[in-house]
Amino acid sequence: MSAETHRSAPAHGGDILGETGEEVIGTSPLERTAAGDVLEPQQELLTINMGPHHPATHGVLRLLVSLEGEVVRDLKPIVGYVHTGIEKNCEDKSYWKVIPFVERMDYLSYFFNMEAFVGCVEQLLELEIPPRASYLRVLHMELNRIHSHLVWLGTSALDLGAMSMFFYCFRDRDRILDLFEMSTGQRMHTRYFQVGGVFEDIPVGFARNVKAFCAEMPTRLDQYEAILNRNEIFLERTRNVGVVSRERLLDLGVTGPLLRAAGEPWDLRKAAPTHCYGDFDFNIPVGTVGDGYDRYRVRVQEMRESVRIIEQAIDGLPEGPWIADDRKIVLPPRDELSTSMEALIHHFKLVTEGFRVPPGEAYYAVESPRGELGCFVVADGSAKPARVHIRDPSFVNLQCLRDQCLDGYIADLIQNLAMLDPILGGIDR
Amino acid sequence: MPDAPGLELIAQELNGAAEGSVLGTYHEHGQGCLIVNPERILDVLGWLRDTPGQEYRFLSSLHGVDYLPAEPRFGVVYELLNMPRVERLRVRAALADPGGEELPELDSCVSLFAGAEFHEREVYDFFGILFRGHPDMRRILMPEEYVGWPQRRDFPIGGEPVIFTRNEPEMPRWYE
Repeated sequence: MSAETHRSAPAHGGDILGETGEEVIGTSPLERTAAGDVLEPQQELLTINMGPHHPATHGVLRLLVSLEGEVVRDLKPIVGYVHTGIEKNCEDKSYWKVIPFVERMDYLSYFFNMEAFVGCVEQLLELEIPPRASYLRVLHMELNRIHSHLVWLGTSALDLGAMSMFFYCFRDRDRILDLFEMSTGQRMHTRYFQVGGVFEDIPVGFARNVKAFCAEMPTRLDQYEAILNRNEIFLERTRNVGVVSRERLLDLGVTGPLLRAAGEPWDLRKAAPTHCYGDFDFNIPVGTVGDGYDRYRVRVQEMRESVRIIEQAIDGLPEGPWIADDRKIVLPPRDELSTSMEALIHHFKLVTEGFRVPPGEAYYAVESPRGELGCFVVADGSAKPARVHIRDPSFVNLQCLRDQCLDGYIADLIQNLAMLDPILGGIDR
Repeated sequence: MPDAPGLELIAQELNGAAEGSVLGTYHEHGQGCLIVNPERILDVLGWLRDTPGQEYRFLSSLHGVDYLPAEPRFGVVYELLNMPRVERLRVRAALADPGGEELPELDSCVSLFAGAEFHEREVYDFFGILFRGHPDMRRILMPEEYVGWPQRRDFPIGGEPVIFTRNEPEMPRWYE
């Protein structure tokens, strides 16, 4: 009886408390005033912990949720469970040893973390990177964007009950990891970007594999969209859920697909192109309503655009060196070490002490899969940074979760969190 | 980015609007920064946000920095962004260390930029800079009962012994 009444409650926005009549309250006696009017039964707020270990929080995230029945009345994210003091450790490492550290913050977009730090140091050094390095960086970052979005799509669809999506997405993600393994030697946390360029040129056959991947990926995306786009359950769960106005998002500092889904065409790749992003022809997908469905569509469309960028980058890959020719910063080529005394000295100095960066501070931002990933580095003239701070998009975006979830069902909280796509490694650093 | 003369112009106008607010400027690597009096930080941020022609309405990031041994020791750095013009401007509140157990204080900018809430908690957590008027001034990433301000330059690194099975007997009652 009571379950039946619950099901007939309006799906979104409506006041379900008004709908829960005496049948739902069940046996509890109704209180009446002296005049005989029924008094509203006092609804008690129930405050519960969701997490820190919960399969739907995408990491070690704890949410303190105040519930009135099934409706979220208040929410507070509590973070810090995987804080490892990366920023403090960076101050104790020479610049080139910081790169593997920052990679491990947002563990799904490691190329972007590297790019933010390395780009910031290059800005401090006023170092230009050769065009081939710039193309290779963009190529890997866009592959990384697809990889990150695929993990998001698989896990989010899993949260909404679409089990098979997870397997499909991880199948394709594995192909990207294979590509990373081929070009960089590692599947995750590749340490491929160096100050001055990239570590190594791409191997023979890599271009062919990337092209094969690019040829196949749009078809795969069509298949995924065929599964989800008109799936009744998926639509019911995502449409008009978690809408936050564009003004509020801007006020909260939210960037990335969340902001674009609300209709703001802000993408650093277009607005302030770094490297060779200006050379490519691609679009910035934007949404209209800003609900969960728009966020999903924007991300899937972004994957298509990334495929286009990768195709253009691999076709237009310029010949030439892949790392800058500055012996005070960049390691000399291996073959010179056995013939040139000077190269040996440079190598020794760079490996033991590292290069020095003139005093100054710089902020460098890239468009990561989750929004603006910024790196702020203060150099004090030594071989170690005085301060490294990463502005992680997940950390800032998490603040809009309360706005998304307030006065909605607790089941929609799962959906909202999934569409927010937080990475706790990035939030906690 | 405002260029070097543009930055000086902003500094002059700001000093006209809020007397003695800008202490200095620098322009390096194509990025401009205003170094401001921490007592006037809300005036400065509010002016930069609302004055027609400036309109830095988006707070990208907020960093805490410890410039030890320089004076004033601390800096709270605001990365402002004007989205239509794609211009960034950095504002640094130069905070002196009051010394002893006392913590440096600064006005919270949550009323101007709602997104600063987490950032300011992070700065408080790691540098011990108190933000007046912040709705929830608690640690965010470190445990709440943690003692000390770990990102300060004089905070030692690696101070805590790590317990493994092999060295557990050497450190009796380590769990206390």
